[in-house]
Amino acid sequence: MTIEVRNIVKKFGAFAALDHVDLKVGKGELLALLGPSGSGKTTLLRIIAGLDWPDAGEVWIDGENALGHGASERHVGFVFQHYALFRHMTVFENVAFGLRVQPRAIRKDEAAIRARVKELLDLVQLDWLANRYPSQLSGGQRQRIALARALAIEPRILLLDEPFGALDAKVRKELRQWLRSLHSEIHVTSIFVTHDQEEALEVANRVVVMDKGRIEQIGTPGEVYDHPASAFVHGFIGESIVLPVEVSGGSVRLGGRPLNIGSDGAASGASRLFIRRHDMAIGPAGTGSLEGAVRRVRSFGPIQRAEVALTGGEGKTVIEIDAPRDRELQPGEIIGLQPRRYRIFAAQD
Amino acid sequence: MSTPSSFAAPANPMRAYASMADMTASAPAHPEPSDRARPLARSIDLRSEPGPVRFIIIVLAVSFLTIFVVLPLLVVFASAVSSGIGPYFAALAEPEAISAIKLTLLVAAISVSLNLVFGVLAAWAIAKFDFRGKTFLITLIDLPFSVSPVISGLVFVLLFGAQGYWGAWLQAHDIHVLFALPGIVLATIFVTFPFVARSLIPLMQEQGTHEEEAAISLGSSGLQTFFRVTLPNIKWGLLYGVLLCNARAMGEFGAVSVVSGHIRGETNTMPLLVEILYNEYQFVASFAIASLLAMLALITLIVKIVLERRLDEGQIPRDH
Repeated sequence: MTIEVRNIVKKFGAFAALDHVDLKVGKGELLALLGPSGSGKTTLLRIIAGLDWPDAGEVWIDGENALGHGASERHVGFVFQHYALFRHMTVFENVAFGLRVQPRAIRKDEAAIRARVKELLDLVQLDWLANRYPSQLSGGQRQRIALARALAIEPRILLLDEPFGALDAKVRKELRQWLRSLHSEIHVTSIFVTHDQEEALEVANRVVVMDKGRIEQIGTPGEVYDHPASAFVHGFIGESIVLPVEVSGGSVRLGGRPLNIGSDGAASGASRLFIRRHDMAIGPAGTGSLEGAVRRVRSFGPIQRAEVALTGGEGKTVIEIDAPRDRELQPGEIIGLQPRRYRIFAAQD
Repeated sequence: MSTPSSFAAPANPMRAYASMADMTASAPAHPEPSDRARPLARSIDLRSEPGPVRFIIIVLAVSFLTIFVVLPLLVVFASAVSSGIGPYFAALAEPEAISAIKLTLLVAAISVSLNLVFGVLAAWAIAKFDFRGKTFLITLIDLPFSVSPVISGLVFVLLFGAQGYWGAWLQAHDIHVLFALPGIVLATIFVTFPFVARSLIPLMQEQGTHEEEAAISLGSSGLQTFFRVTLPNIKWGLLYGVLLCNARAMGEFGAVSVVSGHIRGETNTMPLLVEILYNEYQFVASFAIASLLAMLALITLIVKIVLERRLDEGQIPRDH
């Protein structure tokens, strides 16, 4: 089922939570809304679900005007960050809830409800917990039950609000993969909200990066990582080194010193140079467009992470770079640095 | 949580009392992280007072309670049966007594059920929605607690009395409010209104609206959501509020005294009859009725303890 959001505006007092947002989600997509807290991603999700109402704009679900219906009529599965399981009901009854509250005319009989709940509990691999209460489950189990409950009504679309936000790192990783495989199994159009870029890049087919109530970029994980559309996206996704530079007539200067790199088509004026930590090539002193003294090196896995104090300027600029371990860096060593890939954005973006 | 200050009580309103007792006994309010081993923890508990001080405080508290609460209660029962069991039951079987008991039960039944509905509505509105004038509504709910019951009764006299605003109209249409059941019920509702709302608001605020939102997104209607999700979550708190409301409704003296007119066998509730009999030196009869009210208090206390346990076990969310 498709979702289309047109020109949505939502204000909380003077604060614009959503500032003219447009978004199209295709059938069977698994889309991530990624952004820092306060970027409006959860508000957008709640508006699609019908739990919040926009001040202006339209929401279309499967070609139907969703704003003409309340949340209970939209047939949208919603999974809450803190699970929101019914604490006075068993796991079984939680999952059965959506089936039991259906209008009598279309409600399944008891045997069919039992069969459906069993099927869903099997799907989330927790059938053995059917008679427990939510307070007796772990966080990961609760989240899977919450998902089973949302799927019980055979929703047209599935919305997940920070689904793994309240879980510890290990469980979170497991559930991510599990959600991906579940999605490829049932193929329901899904949107999930997250502030965790790794989660968004790893799980979603497409990522929507939001900031301050606006969509900054929409693209595949590869696109938003490799071709960030704005300084915000570059800074938010992946670890970036950011240096204040001056662009004038095609040349780039850092603290008055010209850097041996092209201006990347950036307009003249105060700008910011963005480089991924691992996109910095290391050479002997005197080579490369930057030079610095290694201050501290930490090695783990295939990389070494070095703090480098750049020479020139006031000597106070310290950057962190990731380098392969083929050449071990030593504290105190002077090295040359050359950005392999970089982006330049205007200082005020 | 944007809890208004007047409701900044813990989610379980009874905890306030329970926890005071707990603190002297054992449970520390904030358990230490277990990895910080404290070798002396067994012998010296830094958070509690030395033994003798603790002993003196407990003795003071217990003797205070004995003198001011337990003794009077015992006196009531002792005086009631001072002439034997026969006169005790005879006093209770008097037509005036039976009429007072019936009236009290009727008034309590009406006012408690109405306050149940109003209280749930008010608590629902305050805990689950944000709207203009919310603080004002909270203040209004508290009003009956801060006004003397006599004044509360007087308000109804001013409204419905022969010289009151609506007095003439009521008289013309032969509707009796004052010195009749409606007046007594009105005064009782006014005085007991806060109990249900106040016991629910902190609980409902603590629970938030996520479960309701989940229910609605699963296709549940407003009524289904209330009866299947909200009500089960607040039922023990609600029972607790109803219990307190009922105790007060049956025991209310001041407001009811002003509006009742003390018509014997007609508009005397149990507390009013106790006073009348006492003033007429019918001590046994007076204390017999009083003993019923005292028993109500004891039953209330026992049910309250049971409810407290239920609230502690099932109602406080442990997962956030």
